[in-house]
Amino acid sequence: MLLIHCPYCDETLPEAEFTYAGQAHVVRPADPSGESDADWEAFLFLRDNAKGPHFERWRHLHGCGRFFNAVRDTVSDRFLTTYEAGLPRPDLSTLTEDQP
Amino acid sequence: MTKFSAVSLLKNALTGHRNWTEQWPDSQPKEEYDVVIVGAGGHGLGAAYYLAKEHGITNVAVIDKGWLGGGNTGRNTTIIRSNYLYDESARLFDHALDLWQDLSQELNYNVMYSNRGVLMLAHNVHDVQSFKRHVHANRLNGVDNQWLTPEECKEVCPPLSLRKDARYPVMGGALQRRAGTARHDAVAWGYARGAAARGVDIIQNCPVTAIRRHPDGSVAGVETARGFIRARKVAVSAAGHTSVVMDSAGVRLPLESYPLQALVSEPVKPVFPCVVMSNAVHAYISQSDKGELVIGSGTDQYTSYSQRGGLPLIEHTVAAICEVFPVFNRMRMLRKWAGIVDVTPDRSAILGKTPVKGLYVNCGWGTGGFKATPGAAHTLAWTVAKDEPHPINAPFTLERFRTGRLIDEAAAAAVAH
Amino acid sequence: MSSHRVAGKGRIDTTRPVSFTFDGRRYSGAAGDTVASALLAHGVHLMGRSFKYHRPRGPVTAGSEEPNALIGTRRGPGRFEPNTRATVQEIWQGLETTSQNKYPSLKWDVGAVNDAGYMLFSAGFYYKTFMWPKSFWDKVYEPFIRAAAGLGVSPSEDDPDRYASRNMHCDVLVVGAGPTGLAAAHSAALAGAKVVLVDEHAEMGGALLSDPDVQIDGAGAWTWLASRLAELRALGVRTMTRTTAIGYYHQNLVGLCEKLTDHLPDLPADTPRERMWRVRAKRVVLAQGALEKPLVFHGNDRPGVMLAGSAQTYLNRFGVLVGKAPVVLTSHDSAWFAAFDLADAGAKVQAIVDTRDSVRDDLRAGASARGIEVRLSHTATGTSGRLRVKSLRVAPLRADQVGAATEIACDAVLMSGGWTPSLHLFSHTKGSLTWDDTQTTFLPKDTPEDCHIAGASRGLWGYEAALVDGDKAGREAAQALGLKIAAGRFEVAQDRTGSGVSHRELPSDRSPARSKAFVDFQNDVTAKDLRLAVREGMRSIEHVKRYTTNGMATDQGKMSNINGLNIAADALGKPQPQVGLTTFRPPYTPTTFGCFAGYHRGSHFEVTRKTPIDGWAEAHGAAFEPVGQWRRAWYFPQPGESMDDAVRRECRATRESVGIFDASTLGKIEVMGPGAVEFMNRMYTNPWTKLGIGRCRYGLLLGDDGYIRDDGVIGRLGQDRFHVTTTTGGAARVLNTMEDYLQTEWPDLDVWLTSTTEQWATVALNGPNAAALLAPLVEGVTLSDDDFPHMSCAECTVAGMPARLFRISFTGEVGFEVNVPAPMGLRLWELLWERGRQYGITPYGTEAMHVLRAEKGYIIVGQDTDGTVTPYDTGMSWAIGKKKPDFVGMRGLARPDLQAPGRKQLVGLLSEDRSKLEEGAQIVFDPNQPVPMKMVGHVTSSYDVGTSGRPIALALVEGGHDRMGEIVHIPMPDRTIAAKITPTVFVDPDNARLKL
Repeated sequence: MLLIHCPYCDETLPEAEFTYAGQAHVVRPADPSGESDADWEAFLFLRDNAKGPHFERWRHLHGCGRFFNAVRDTVSDRFLTTYEAGLPRPDLSTLTEDQP
Repeated sequence: MTKFSAVSLLKNALTGHRNWTEQWPDSQPKEEYDVVIVGAGGHGLGAAYYLAKEHGITNVAVIDKGWLGGGNTGRNTTIIRSNYLYDESARLFDHALDLWQDLSQELNYNVMYSNRGVLMLAHNVHDVQSFKRHVHANRLNGVDNQWLTPEECKEVCPPLSLRKDARYPVMGGALQRRAGTARHDAVAWGYARGAAARGVDIIQNCPVTAIRRHPDGSVAGVETARGFIRARKVAVSAAGHTSVVMDSAGVRLPLESYPLQALVSEPVKPVFPCVVMSNAVHAYISQSDKGELVIGSGTDQYTSYSQRGGLPLIEHTVAAICEVFPVFNRMRMLRKWAGIVDVTPDRSAILGKTPVKGLYVNCGWGTGGFKATPGAAHTLAWTVAKDEPHPINAPFTLERFRTGRLIDEAAAAAVAH
Repeated sequence: MSSHRVAGKGRIDTTRPVSFTFDGRRYSGAAGDTVASALLAHGVHLMGRSFKYHRPRGPVTAGSEEPNALIGTRRGPGRFEPNTRATVQEIWQGLETTSQNKYPSLKWDVGAVNDAGYMLFSAGFYYKTFMWPKSFWDKVYEPFIRAAAGLGVSPSEDDPDRYASRNMHCDVLVVGAGPTGLAAAHSAALAGAKVVLVDEHAEMGGALLSDPDVQIDGAGAWTWLASRLAELRALGVRTMTRTTAIGYYHQNLVGLCEKLTDHLPDLPADTPRERMWRVRAKRVVLAQGALEKPLVFHGNDRPGVMLAGSAQTYLNRFGVLVGKAPVVLTSHDSAWFAAFDLADAGAKVQAIVDTRDSVRDDLRAGASARGIEVRLSHTATGTSGRLRVKSLRVAPLRADQVGAATEIACDAVLMSGGWTPSLHLFSHTKGSLTWDDTQTTFLPKDTPEDCHIAGASRGLWGYEAALVDGDKAGREAAQALGLKIAAGRFEVAQDRTGSGVSHRELPSDRSPARSKAFVDFQNDVTAKDLRLAVREGMRSIEHVKRYTTNGMATDQGKMSNINGLNIAADALGKPQPQVGLTTFRPPYTPTTFGCFAGYHRGSHFEVTRKTPIDGWAEAHGAAFEPVGQWRRAWYFPQPGESMDDAVRRECRATRESVGIFDASTLGKIEVMGPGAVEFMNRMYTNPWTKLGIGRCRYGLLLGDDGYIRDDGVIGRLGQDRFHVTTTTGGAARVLNTMEDYLQTEWPDLDVWLTSTTEQWATVALNGPNAAALLAPLVEGVTLSDDDFPHMSCAECTVAGMPARLFRISFTGEVGFEVNVPAPMGLRLWELLWERGRQYGITPYGTEAMHVLRAEKGYIIVGQDTDGTVTPYDTGMSWAIGKKKPDFVGMRGLARPDLQAPGRKQLVGLLSEDRSKLEEGAQIVFDPNQPVPMKMVGHVTSSYDVGTSGRPIALALVEGGHDRMGEIVHIPMPDRTIAAKITPTVFVDPDNARLKL
């Protein structure tokens, strides 16, 4: 069971309180109807499936209920950081330490 | 290749087994191949075998980052069945099931295919409706599958509990008698031996780091830890690692890789004569020829390549087994392990050509790839050899995610109300 | 006194005799004995049979790594278990044990014919044969193989025991309470850390329990141990015995299995059998010690052949001489001490046979002082004896040449091939290992977890080294937590340090092909099997392991992995690290399913959600069905009624007068805020802007792929407030989806979402008399078509309770859903029940609800749709807001395949022969085609107990909307049924009945 830091609650808590919510920074287009079939396919389905640092979303379901973003190394399962939804992607090169 | 038989076994026994030869050589990569297959699991090795045997293409290399059969082929719970709902799936898995029946003889290698029957349990009204839909569809597709009452389920599987007050009481089940299990390692080894005997090079411990393309976009070969290998055609069959390999060729796939855990109990005398699957509680169980109860779990919630998996899921899986089979409460778990499964949005495989000329893919089997092994391999070989879809794998294209023509077996079992 | 018990030795309590049975024969032992030690005290070594060859076997070890001495244990009905290690199971008065894998008896086992045919049953033999004739595999070969395989028999009764699980948090968890772990716990605790110390044995102390003569800080080992344990407890260290650390999971989560009752003669009423601890430790110190390696030589499996360290344990912990005339065979110094201890306790040690050409002077002096013959540079080439070893055949080695052999008569062979650090839990952390050529073993290197590993488990040997290293690990763990402590000091006298060399199979003058030199005892894997596997092309240890089954027995390779690796590496001519190490996998020792399941059994397997009215339904004889986590009243049979009878009656009563239905399980979400209307517009397909306050609308929710996900009636209670209902099973999913879009896609909207499913109890009244029954109770709303027409909602008072009242219908009758605060739900229900008697009010369940709604063509998401169905497919294009710029699913709906002709569309079906169609039955256009048939749809809902006078069905049919009136066919196993495609509404198509 992973330990996850909720950036809203500022607490590190067990995975059982959280649900995984897929890749982060997949933005729903402002005007979906203007998107091509290929673009919509990419929005719906195409994912990085990164081996290594992965930008992903979690929801603190049994806590504050907020969705937030995280960078987790999918090889070690260690979190490099978590941050509030809407913030820009952190620079990977600065993320070497474990989260607080 | 020494032919395996009771006679050859006896003869070799008399000479102290000194004269057995290696089942496949440890090949070094050549500079160029007609076909390079990335991933030496059952699917990749099988494709090489059928390329050589049925299409006469023998200048083939199967390359793996580790040991052959060391990925999901050697990590799954070996359940084989074909009672899928949709015509496309039923045809693909039933083609595999046909090949399974004779695979030992075909390969001259006992893969111990055991058609002991797979029983899928229904625990609520929705399950009953869904399974009956499967039974009817299977019948009209010529796929065997029959509906059983709870009492009939118990006859097929005596350890089953029919307690009425159970949290998930058994309300019936769908039984495919022709389905069963096989010895997973033997499948990889049998295909490897058969392919090697026909001239295929099996190159182990040689990670493929990238797929290289010609300026015109077509495939040029693969970069590996042992240098560049030219290839006219490349087929990627690397399960959980397919995304990473295909990315290097500029092909993004609708795949996510999740940990999938499984476990076995200590071995006991025969007590469990079939395979039982219970989707409602996420429990999958059979007994191996060695006597271990082999138990499958669901996937963890997050993507991962760690092959680790968490404790809570295992606790839940074991609880589910004890719920359906309370007599196993005092059995002991011997070991548990994890594989990495690649899952598509519709939980069906992607099998065939890609936008890159000369590049083929076989992935997205999720938690059910082992059962498809001979069928996937057989049709992939066809597609690679002829550069066109096999009638059976044709629906399993990459394009379906664009058009919406999904083969969504999981959605078909959707639960709401 | 038993024949092999040594007076004054051991930690057992001989004043408390305990009797138990083994294979029906009664034996006596002492409190503190294991089954193995008690049997050995009677000179009994034969305790089991091996897996493949059914060879007679006795214990090789004194611990949980035991591969041979596996027994069945029983404690009355339901409490039987197979494969229990006799070396671990403590005896208690009345314990019944049985040997396994034998027929008819342990001494005379017919399965042993396999042993004679061992040349046939070489590694991988089953891959090469049993293929002809093909039909024999299922009918002959496999049943035979399966019957021969397995060890004990499965339990066959429900387990009456209870299991528990708990979470624990601590600063430092120390695994293993030998000298290293004791020292680590001590320094960490002294520094101020909250420490937990666990050990799998019944007693703490580890190797110290088997080495009483070692002096620490001026005291004997056992005295020091007692005072150290007292000190630890005084420091607040939590010590847990019979507690195995089974697995090391992410971020320092360690699973512990604590065995609480298996050693007790009487079961306490309030104690679970086992308890799973999930420990989240800030730091973990692994001090699991080392395991002794067997030597690999012909006949090394005969009962009486045992690890030297284990013989020392049986003597010093249990007061048992495993042999009165043992011979010691070793390549490591440690076995010399075992020889000395046994000799000092009265055994006539026949010889110490060491493969090395020189050993330390003090060891030679020790042997000489005890008159023990020493043979250096010797190998063992065999043993004799059928059910017990009688002699060891040894031969001198000169430059690897085996000289003339001699026999040494003996009643036990105590062997030692050196020691292997226990890296199991370290390996679970995905820690990396490094090969140490001098010790011929892997040692721990780096781990990603906050973990220390110390003592023998990192290759150190001797008590002082262990204590110092443990102390350091505890100190470092404390330091990592910001706590400081000076290094501890240990004065160790008569330390038992040592070293040794490692072997593959011992050199022999025997033909390798005829040698039965066992590597994996339980699975009968011999050195020649491993070499055969390599000859056949198995080049990695994973392949060798899987081909031979070496290391896959219930000891999980604890006895066999390293010997197997050394032999495979030799056969391949490669250094060991290039051949690889098989992964150690949890659990460390086999752990009961019950312990993993914990509390999650029976009714606690998963939570059952019940409505406030559930108890009333139960009292009134309802049959229930599970829907998601809820249990819902399915139907209310009266005495003598079948399900069909009951549902038919419930349907009729509702259509004719009034039915009452518990709809509390429906998901309810309060959507409020200035952005609520816009949010609803974006989420649902329907338009919401013009929906008036106090009005309701049927809402359809899609995924962004365009497929139907959920539906429900939604009421607008205010300008900025909606009462959204969802399907019962979909409530949590819908709220999650809404939150996802709101929080991450549309943070611009000022909206709050609140689940109110469990805040409201919902009672539905349907039928022509519904309004008459309800009206007198309602304050604030007049129940007329003018004031409160169909699809209205209002906040009002019902029977004095604050209520949200909806006039909606899922039956086609005039319908009201009254929402009152959940605690008042039962009161409202009972009041309506009481006052409804004048109308013959009838409670109906989910089945009648399904029938009534199907007669009106109302879909059930998940039954009539399956995740691949669009609003167009269900004929609900009317629910789509055509003028909206976007909603979830709009773009998805425009994808080519969702617009393509020939999609399956929802229609009604009436069978021509008026029979009830089966739900799930498949539909074809041409009934005469051969299999595989072209299927064009399936029956989604079907009922023959309704009020329309005939069986009705809903179905998805290819192009169905354009096929009204056409005949399709439903091929069943026994016949083909023709059915006519109709509209989906079977009752009151003009909705006249919805009017008052």
